[in-house]
Amino acid sequence: MATVRVQREDFDAGAEAAALARARKDVGAVVSFVGYCRDEGGALAALELEHYPGMAETEMARVAAEAEARWPVLGVTAIHRTGRIEPGEQIVLVAVASAHRGAAFAAAEMLMDYLKTRAPFWKRAIRVDGVVEGWVEAKEADDASAARWDAAER
Amino acid sequence: MKLIYFAWVRERVGRSEEELDPPPEVATVGDLIAWLSRRGEGYAYAFEKPATVRAALDRVHARHSAPIAGV
Repeated sequence: MATVRVQREDFDAGAEAAALARARKDVGAVVSFVGYCRDEGGALAALELEHYPGMAETEMARVAAEAEARWPVLGVTAIHRTGRIEPGEQIVLVAVASAHRGAAFAAAEMLMDYLKTRAPFWKRAIRVDGVVEGWVEAKEADDASAARWDAAER
Repeated sequence: MKLIYFAWVRERVGRSEEELDPPPEVATVGDLIAWLSRRGEGYAYAFEKPATVRAALDRVHARHSAPIAGV
């Protein structure tokens, strides 16, 4: 059963990854991915992220369940932050435990590709010069990445 | 039906949610977007590019061809 959270506060990526292997002897690999806020060459002051409460968690859990059904994973944790996030801060974590690295790498990559296109999150950039850019959602490139995994949408 | 708007749709429409009762000929998500776009200037602006609007029915992603009956 996956752990899925949407929260304003930061997370401890190392502790979250370690927790997947704690007190068990069948885990041979833990792969974790952390997405950070970058400053876009010094132009970005912060990102503002919002989500659809309830649906975002449900979609993240659905994506995690698909990864669990597809690969022999032993644990999944996905955390996505919302609110104001400044360059250098963490935005999203995906961590997957498995007996072997192949499944853990593949499941973690699929989770990120799906999360970016399926979970209802929006972001907008607040620039250093004070300009607030428009809201953006999943990009075409993310859709193409997700399509590699045969995304099924209603 | 209860409609909830996010991000730029919310800002252009000028509200985060509302209860509306579309007429029976509004059968799909796409019909609903077209109907909403005729409700005023903010709505027209919010839905000026329908293809860029993502929708969910009962918190599940839905294509613009999805029927809204029973939601």
